[in-house]
Amino acid sequence: MIQVEQLSKYYGARAAIRDLSFRIDAGEVVGFLGLNGAGKTTTLRILGCVLLPTSGTVRLEGQDLLTAPRQLRARIGFLPETPPLYEEMSVGEYLAFVAGLRGVAPERIGTRVGETEERTGLAQHDGERISSLSHGFRQRVGVAQALVHGPDVLFLDEPANGLDPVQNVEMRALIRSLRGDHTVLVSSHILPEIAQTCDRLLVVRDGELVAQGSEAELEERLGVGTGVELEVGGPVEAVAGALRSVPGVRAVTVQPLPGERAVLRVDAPDTLRPALAQAALGAGAQLFRLDVAADRLESLFLKLAGRGSAA
Amino acid sequence: MSPVLLIARRELRGYLRTMTGWIIAAALLLIDGLLFNAFALEGSRRSTEVLTRFFYFASGPTMVAAIFLAMRLLAEERQLGTLALLYASPVRDRDIVLGKFLGAFAFLSALTLATAYMPLLILVHGHISVGHLLAGYLGLLLLGGASLGLGTLGSALARTQVVAAIVGAALLVSLLVAWLLASVTEPPFSNLFAALALHNAHFPPFQSGQVHLRDVTYYLLVTWVALFATTRVLEARRWR
Repeated sequence: MIQVEQLSKYYGARAAIRDLSFRIDAGEVVGFLGLNGAGKTTTLRILGCVLLPTSGTVRLEGQDLLTAPRQLRARIGFLPETPPLYEEMSVGEYLAFVAGLRGVAPERIGTRVGETEERTGLAQHDGERISSLSHGFRQRVGVAQALVHGPDVLFLDEPANGLDPVQNVEMRALIRSLRGDHTVLVSSHILPEIAQTCDRLLVVRDGELVAQGSEAELEERLGVGTGVELEVGGPVEAVAGALRSVPGVRAVTVQPLPGERAVLRVDAPDTLRPALAQAALGAGAQLFRLDVAADRLESLFLKLAGRGSAA
Repeated sequence: MSPVLLIARRELRGYLRTMTGWIIAAALLLIDGLLFNAFALEGSRRSTEVLTRFFYFASGPTMVAAIFLAMRLLAEERQLGTLALLYASPVRDRDIVLGKFLGAFAFLSALTLATAYMPLLILVHGHISVGHLLAGYLGLLLLGGASLGLGTLGSALARTQVVAAIVGAALLVSLLVAWLLASVTEPPFSNLFAALALHNAHFPPFQSGQVHLRDVTYYLLVTWVALFATTRVLEARRWR
């Protein structure tokens, strides 16, 4: 659906992005991951038709987005890093203005605005001035303006930027709900946030695409130390022995806790979680918790971003 | 509704809903009123002369108001990041510029026409022709439009509204003082500079109730060139 080939953007001699090539299929939600300054915003601004590249092509269903008729832009929704909001307008007025600008027929604008407000949780705020909204709601209005004309493709630049944990969860749910109806490329510099939302990740570092694939694929390819944590009670040493005997387990370390409990850290792929649970219970353990090791995503990101010790 | 009208309507509402628009409106009307009372009505004059002096004194505040109205047009969009919204929409850059210009021009026109109570007082208490009145206002609108065009170009070139006002004013003053260059240069440059003078060469006929095609064409041309240059600046910004 979207085919990016050899996309480069130079500011003088400095390359903001260099020879980026990737493809996103229809209905996919893809994460665009990288540290600040890696080239995410530049790429999204080019895809959103705000910025022209130095070289390369972007095709939307075979049509070159950079040279195609303006009408092709009506099939794209773009949320820049700072939501483009007119403070003096109400939410409803603003969305109606954007819908008109993007070519929605006048008789459909009211319906589209209503549907979009419902979807983004803004229905109660239709008449409120944008200047009076909180940061979280302003971010939602930003997403709503990208959605209001019913685009096929959405480019969202850090949509969860500055949101509190509750708003973050709501934003992730909103982005997940777009899957299937829209093709989405969403950028972030926070891997756990993006990993929970996206089917696939594109990782950019210093303007170049350094990896792409699902989280599991990237972990495997990069050899990140995968791990599972179990909090158990009962015969801890017997449970540890049972876990070591599960095929695929490389090592088990025991961290005792007060009250005859322990945290067992198992070096194994997280796909072994059912087998590990079965082995632990079979050895007479009381299982209080079984989870993916907390620092796994972080080490993956640090490796991808080129800041990890193993990178 | 076409994108141009949509953008123009939003711009006009922007002036009506922010303090900036009302402050500029109040300042323009106050200064026009003061100048009318202090200078146009000064001494014992014929009605026609009073009207001519009214248009002369109204032209300055109109140009200044145009620069202040224009300063926000594109510089504010860049500051707030809303230019990305317009760039990402299926709208031509020239439609963005035209829409913004028309919105500001509609507001400036409303302000200019709001001064009509002063010449109407002359009409009621003296003897002036409606043609003189219409020609004077046509001149003010054309001069205001040209100034607004130059201000819009300044706004496209600058990153902040203050700098936009300074750049717009510099462009305006360059054309205003072109007659000074005419007095220190030889033909054909002296003729060229004399013809380029924004106020001296082209506004006096309007204030006296005369409409010449060359003056109308000049103001329309200045406006068009300024808006064309603004469009090119916007297009160039897509590379940066």
